[in-house]
Amino acid sequence: MLRKAPLAVSFAAAALFWTAANAQTELTVYTAFEAEDLKRYADTFNEDHPDITINWVRDSTGIVTAKLLAEKNNPQADVVWGLAATSLLLLKSEGMLEPYAPVGVELLDPKFVDNDDPPAWVGQDAWVASICFNTVEGEANGLTAPESWRDLLDPMYRGHVIMPNPNSSGTGFLDVSSWLQMFGEEEGWAFMDALHENIARYTHSGSKPCKLAAAGEIPIGVSFAFRGAKSKAAGAPLEIIVPSEGVGWDMEAGGIIAGTANLEAAQTLLDWAVTRKAMEMYNVGYAVIAMPGVAKPVEHFPEGLLDAMIDNDFEWAANNRAAILAEWQSRYDGKSEPKS
Amino acid sequence: MSESVAALPKGGRVRAKLDRDDVMMRLWMVVIALYLVVTLAFPLYAMLSKSVSTFRFDLTWFEFQVSDEEGHFNTAPILASALNADLDLYGETDLATGSDGRLPATTFFPEFSFRSPVMYRIRGTVDDATFLVGSTRHQGREWVELDSNTFRRVQLRPAASSGLDNFRTYFATPALSNSITNSLVIATVSTIVTIVLAFAFAYALNRSCARFKGFFRLVAMAPILVPSLLPGIALVYLFGNQGMLKGLLMGESIYGPIGIVIGAVFFTFPHAFLIISTALAISDARLYEAASALRASPWKTFWTVTIPGARYGLISAAFVVFNLVITDFGLPKVIGGQYNVLAVDIYKQVIGQQNFEMGAVVSVVLVIPALLAFAVDRFVQRRQVAQLTARSVPFQPKPDRARDRAWFACCAVIAVFILGILGVCQFAALVKFWPYDLSLSLNNYRFDLMDGGGWASYYNSIKMGLITAAIGTVIIFFGAFLVEKSNGFTTGRNIFQMFAMLPMAIPGMVLGLAYIFFFNDPANPLNVLYGTMAILVICTITHFYTVSHLTAVTALKQMDREFEAVSASLKQPAMKLFSRVTVPVCLPAILDISIYLFVNAMTTVSAVVFLYSPKTSLASIAVLNMDDAGDIAPAAAMGMMIFYTNAAARIIHLALSRGVMKRTQAWRFR
Amino acid sequence: MTVTLTPDVSLQISGLWKTFGDFVALKDISLEVMDGEFVCFLGPSGCGKTTLLRAIAGLDLQTRGTVIQDGRDVSALPPSQRDFGIVFQSYALFPNLTVHRNIAYGLENQGRTRSEIRARVAELLETMGLPDQSDKYPAQLSGGQQQRVALARAIATSPGLLLLDEPLSALDAKVRVRLRHEIKDLQRRLGVTTIMVTHDQEEALSMADRIVVMNHGVIEQIGSPTAVYRDPVSLFVAGFIGEMNQFDARVVDSGRVRVGQSEFCCRTHDHEAGAAVVAAIRPDEIVPLGTGYRPSPEDVNCEKVTLADMAFLGSFWRCLLHSEDFGREALMADFPTNAVRRLSLEAGQDIHVSLQESGLMAFARDV
Repeated sequence: MLRKAPLAVSFAAAALFWTAANAQTELTVYTAFEAEDLKRYADTFNEDHPDITINWVRDSTGIVTAKLLAEKNNPQADVVWGLAATSLLLLKSEGMLEPYAPVGVELLDPKFVDNDDPPAWVGQDAWVASICFNTVEGEANGLTAPESWRDLLDPMYRGHVIMPNPNSSGTGFLDVSSWLQMFGEEEGWAFMDALHENIARYTHSGSKPCKLAAAGEIPIGVSFAFRGAKSKAAGAPLEIIVPSEGVGWDMEAGGIIAGTANLEAAQTLLDWAVTRKAMEMYNVGYAVIAMPGVAKPVEHFPEGLLDAMIDNDFEWAANNRAAILAEWQSRYDGKSEPKS
Repeated sequence: MSESVAALPKGGRVRAKLDRDDVMMRLWMVVIALYLVVTLAFPLYAMLSKSVSTFRFDLTWFEFQVSDEEGHFNTAPILASALNADLDLYGETDLATGSDGRLPATTFFPEFSFRSPVMYRIRGTVDDATFLVGSTRHQGREWVELDSNTFRRVQLRPAASSGLDNFRTYFATPALSNSITNSLVIATVSTIVTIVLAFAFAYALNRSCARFKGFFRLVAMAPILVPSLLPGIALVYLFGNQGMLKGLLMGESIYGPIGIVIGAVFFTFPHAFLIISTALAISDARLYEAASALRASPWKTFWTVTIPGARYGLISAAFVVFNLVITDFGLPKVIGGQYNVLAVDIYKQVIGQQNFEMGAVVSVVLVIPALLAFAVDRFVQRRQVAQLTARSVPFQPKPDRARDRAWFACCAVIAVFILGILGVCQFAALVKFWPYDLSLSLNNYRFDLMDGGGWASYYNSIKMGLITAAIGTVIIFFGAFLVEKSNGFTTGRNIFQMFAMLPMAIPGMVLGLAYIFFFNDPANPLNVLYGTMAILVICTITHFYTVSHLTAVTALKQMDREFEAVSASLKQPAMKLFSRVTVPVCLPAILDISIYLFVNAMTTVSAVVFLYSPKTSLASIAVLNMDDAGDIAPAAAMGMMIFYTNAAARIIHLALSRGVMKRTQAWRFR
Repeated sequence: MTVTLTPDVSLQISGLWKTFGDFVALKDISLEVMDGEFVCFLGPSGCGKTTLLRAIAGLDLQTRGTVIQDGRDVSALPPSQRDFGIVFQSYALFPNLTVHRNIAYGLENQGRTRSEIRARVAELLETMGLPDQSDKYPAQLSGGQQQRVALARAIATSPGLLLLDEPLSALDAKVRVRLRHEIKDLQRRLGVTTIMVTHDQEEALSMADRIVVMNHGVIEQIGSPTAVYRDPVSLFVAGFIGEMNQFDARVVDSGRVRVGQSEFCCRTHDHEAGAAVVAAIRPDEIVPLGTGYRPSPEDVNCEKVTLADMAFLGSFWRCLLHSEDFGREALMADFPTNAVRRLSLEAGQDIHVSLQESGLMAFARDV
């Protein structure tokens, strides 16, 4: 690339010189943070570091991951901030992350930090599976609120449950991998076989089941707590249920893309991302954050979320992802007739 | 009758000397042909090669060494392939995998226990061999020594090669290959229903004196102004579990084939109607006079005169509809539920699983029926043209109250269906929180609070539409002009024509995916286009090239063949003729091309869904993503914004056309 | 190649071939057109006459052969580098430009000032008899007017060669006849070398200085209108130009043929005695001699016929004649109205006619 495009190099050099002269660094940050949070996050960061401009590139988890992988040989991003840890593990196994221990990383809950030293990525907040239950439609259909995952197998819920398809949704994969971890492989699949009988259909996105539950389209949506809280805040007659067996979770995490031209600024951003101030910033929307003892309860979030989070083995999930998805696809995809 | 060519004296043929205009025109033709090669042929080639780029575990690439319980490595290193042969674990086909494939190293050691004190070593035998320890990547021939507990975290990574493995996997996976049948079924059923309805509608408008024909014609064209997924959203509100008319489905779910078919009928209706209407309009009244003179019953006349007269139109419409349905992605995505179809599979493979190779395989599979439908349509169109040139007296329907009322009722039902779908979307967009709070509000228009890119995506769409219309019209019309009006160079012109026809046969999803493979390659100097508005414009122009090209060619063919000869004899440059005569005379066609490109740029989803970047998100994509995220009402709101924008564009286009007609086409009126 | 031309040759075509795949459209055409001459290419459709014209213009290049215009080899040149004006059957007037701007089209970019152009256009419109039409669009003109505008546009730049491709065939009969004279008159005044393609023999006869009769891609005959009419070299030319009675005959010896039982004096050309030929005579070369005519032995070409049918066509009567010698085929004869009145001819009469010796010709049987 360099040999091919001396012109591009000189342009890049000129650009570098220009930015240096202006003492203003631009960071291209790939993210799956909620769209509405982006401006607030950037503004808060700029309070402490006005010399670094964040250029957000935002999309849903799947698309950002696909984009990063597609750009593997020619990365466009400097930093990933706010992407599922599962995705960051994928990037790590492709050698795309620059290991770095942010200042103060030791204050975080270890399960929010990559095992390696220095870690390839650090987490910010958790994104926890939950069941969204529409109380109005539940009553209309004579359904009682489920309390556990296994409750969902009750025949009365037939056609009243909706969940994301793990093949197209990160949340869906999170659910499936957590059931396999909680129940063991054999029982996990048996559980899903039975659950499949009650599922109305599988959606492409993770937040859709909760929104459909909120709209009363399907009374029970397997989704995540954050989405449920949002819908509840919007006035939906929802109850957000944390199943008693425990819930799968993923986190929004960050890391530096190997080969970035702005390593220093990237490190500054990652350092800041684990500060208490940043944690309080995440806490506005997320009940569970990486730094213990900081979180304040978030309105509409269910109680006991933190305790219900299972000990998620991200590495196991990442290494078995392809096999799990293939198995899921052969069991439930394509051959199932839609139920109503 | 002719003398044999053998009598031709030997010697060189007369080779034409070219004047500057000829050279310029050929040069430009080559430039535009190159444009098509770069934006169509290269990406498709990139996609094809992706579909045969495979990943498999090459077990000769990895070598292990196992220690005794004290940690001494006494035994010789052994290749994974040797272990595999001993244990008879994996056959050739089992080792095929995806780019993300992982194979646990422990499978080669049946006696493995993570509590054992035995140590393991692993290394690659070639430089490219890659394996993971946990999530840390190792590559190369260095030995890595691990204890048992760590060794269980070792995963082998596959090597890239090429072959038909992906296709084998595809057809061996029923969850994937079932989609072929599903797609064919959906497309066939939708085609039959649409053709019957469109025929009835067109018949009523052409052959009866039913009232409000102009209004009905207008309504019939409305679905062209919205993205194909909008009817899906309306159907959720109509027949979903909280739907207004849920009872009508008698317990069947709208999420699935029923929903896809109803939605497909909606969005393909105008296309079928236009083609069939044209076919009916050109039929010869004298045949009807003859039939009535022979005292044929109306039923017999219908089957012996009407249907044969319109048969090419019907066949052509059928294949156009079939093609539209089988390649459509938005509608089954929204309303398809568990019913997998090819176009959605491509999306799921690429976006959901990042399995680009399998996405390319499904694309190749999808191209085949689309290509066939396209070929049949082209063949039939040619026949139809031949019939058209022999046409004579147009049919004038005579009033017949009972029959006209019946036809009116038929049209009214279809019009209510179309307007109903649009009305429901608009209603849904204005309701605060369906079905719990039916008060009206504009909350759903606060797109900036939703996924999908907010209002910016709407403005992006308009910008994209305008740029596409402007640049696309110039490229396409100029290209058609060159290919129609330049001298000699027959081979070159034929090749160009072929290239110009090709985009129609390529489904949008396939084109979009092909663009990722081609433009996202860092070795490609055009890589800079990736993620920009430019690539969206290029992709949209290419996607809709063929119809625009045919429009331009038709207009150019209607011009006197001899203008160029006259102009050359008067020693005037070809470009003077182009700007002074060709463009003004073809202005109505040029405006038609612009509006066609604009409307399609506003509504297209399939091609651009892989290509937009956060900064260049589009309204149609926003509809898709908002629906995907469960924000169905805002999706409907955005969909209706597209409708109103396109309707406004059409009105402006109409006014502009009239104005242009008056000013520059004064010669048309005596 | 060396170019040797007499000064007054405007266009020299030699060894011209045009093939489309296996089809030979023009076969070894050679032809010279003199300065100021009006030449018509005449032949049935598909004979290659338009192909030849387009080759001369450089619009469709010939496969082989040379075209030399005014001493310059233009064989391979594009139209823009040749020197000609052209009028097509469709006129090819630019529909969105006014009459004025159509005519001015070729005058622009030639170093003329605007007022010069305006003056030239006005002059041309005057010449063409269209002085008030300059601001109209072509669609607002009649066919004949459009024709004249197209002509004006073609000659505006004073080209050395004017090419007319079936210029009159889109017009109705009366306008066509009037325009024939106008075009011929204009051509004579301007002295411009002109080639006109037509399939209408009357047009060719009345306008051309020389006619090039073509068939199946070859030139059958080149000659003045009277020459091709009076002395056709082949049965094709004889049949294509004017009406012609044809009947089987056998050459008795030079200058005599036998038809049926009778012998006639005839221009046998160089057919040998005993050869089977087709004898041909034009209807106006059959002269009525009346009912009571008694032929003398000197009346070599006198034939007794039955006047089967008569049709009045104004200046003459078209009559169908039957005779034993000519078998089933009726002879067609045009009798002047005067003669019919003088001889009181009526259908059903048996009369004598004379087949004029100079008009009776023998041709080879099959082409």
